Amino acid sequence: MEILRSGLLQRALLEVVVLGAACGALGVWLLQMRQAYAAESLAHAMLPGLVLASLAGIPLLLGAAGGVLVVAGLIFLAARDSRVDSEIAVGVVVTATFGLGAVLALSPDVPVGLDRLLFGNLLGASTADLIAAGALAVLIGGALLAGHRQLTVAVFDPVSAPSLGVRPARVELAVLALLAVAVVAAVLSLGNLLVFALLVAPAAAAMRLARSVRTQVLLAATLGSSAGLLGLVISAELDLAAGGSVALAAVGLFVAAGLLRPSGPRGAAAGRTLVEALGAQR
Amino acid sequence: MIAATRIETRGLAASYGTSPPALSGVTFAVQAGQAVAVLGPNGGGKTTLFRALLGEISVVAGTLTIGAATAYVPQTERSRLDFPVSALDVALMGAYARTSWYRRVTSADRATARAALARVGLSEQARTRFGELSGGQRQRVLIARALVQDAEVLLLDEPFGGVDQSSEQAIMGILDDLRDEGRVLLIATHDVEQARRWDRVLCLRGEQIAYGPPAETLTNAVLQDTYGAEIVMLDCGHRAVAIQHHHH
Repeated sequence: MEILRSGLLQRALLEVVVLGAACGALGVWLLQMRQAYAAESLAHAMLPGLVLASLAGIPLLLGAAGGVLVVAGLIFLAARDSRVDSEIAVGVVVTATFGLGAVLALSPDVPVGLDRLLFGNLLGASTADLIAAGALAVLIGGALLAGHRQLTVAVFDPVSAPSLGVRPARVELAVLALLAVAVVAAVLSLGNLLVFALLVAPAAAAMRLARSVRTQVLLAATLGSSAGLLGLVISAELDLAAGGSVALAAVGLFVAAGLLRPSGPRGAAAGRTLVEALGAQR
Repeated sequence: MIAATRIETRGLAASYGTSPPALSGVTFAVQAGQAVAVLGPNGGGKTTLFRALLGEISVVAGTLTIGAATAYVPQTERSRLDFPVSALDVALMGAYARTSWYRRVTSADRATARAALARVGLSEQARTRFGELSGGQRQRVLIARALVQDAEVLLLDEPFGGVDQSSEQAIMGILDDLRDEGRVLLIATHDVEQARRWDRVLCLRGEQIAYGPPAETLTNAVLQDTYGAEIVMLDCGHRAVAIQHHHH
């Protein structure tokens, strides 16, 4: 297979498998915490940071990180204002920052095209990109492993959590921080729009199929990696856009999971989550 | 033999953040092996008292002394019933606070969790998903979790809410056993008749209205002060029904 002979494709393959595993595992907790909208928002709202980094000639990764921090801060401040509904506040911040990013990206001085920022450049992954993505994925995986018990208590029983030694607000903040790390790690290869598919679709599929939360996390990581592998193979064989193929493969796995387990409360809940998440994309 | 005092408050006032106190003037003492009904209307301060006893909100006046490990047993519908955890997983959560983040839960704690489930009569349901259990079974799992915490003081929030009569009897039997072995139980309830069953009654309505043995405490005057217009007296004052307005 061509994918195994080309160094370019090998790097892309490695990167998307690693990112797929990290995003899939994190996605389960995001969906369990009903934070799919936050995932979509953070991914979109970092666009100005990417464009400004491109204009300034600094690494895009730094721009993405800066963009996420600014947006997270704005959302945090907006959510504190009791006069504004928190979802409206997030919507306003995201729309404003995405619009600002688009305006900046259309400037003739921007060396990187808007399409690359929106849809990523999986096949352009350098060894340094691969190392950075790997390190961030290890950070996410390690944090989820170390915090598994705290996450379980905070999601299952936030009212009693403090008496069990867990602070739900801190746990939620930590998950949002990991989300920012995941988005920053994946945005260069999958782009601003498509990273969301890897965060949500494998997790929603795993939630349909697995009975315990631990199994859901492991299965979502496996499905995320599989979506990356499958998407890249389809992209190479059919000469399609790599990022889009990965996103479609992830959604395809969710549909397949739905066919395997079409009914039941778990399936229905996961299905609702994905539909709500995709609805938030519009 | 004089039983050890487990909880003692004097003029306790507690508030959420910088807000004015949600509860004030609370003075009571509970000995080991006593069960206390905490009676009051919605918003009367029952949850505030529990959160103050758990150290989750500030005590802004008075003193509070607790001489034993304390566990909170919430209403079951406060938990996420769609979350994929088994009864055993939930009972094991009682061991999390004493388990370092880098260690696995010990086999001794697993054995403790299984024993706690057996004690509340749910050995057979250890692998059943929490959300698939009945309301009464879920309440018993949460009591088992408090036992795994090895708590001497249990704060139970409406433990009989939404459970059928046989479950209520089962839970009552478990609570009697826990009290008999020297644990302290504080049971938040709206049910005046239920409150008569325990050793002491603490009546709250933003402040302490009364505290003492049920026969002396649950007088018509105290109930009227506690519930205001929300109380209906039946049988020439021998029975009382609190009318609760639930806010959603």
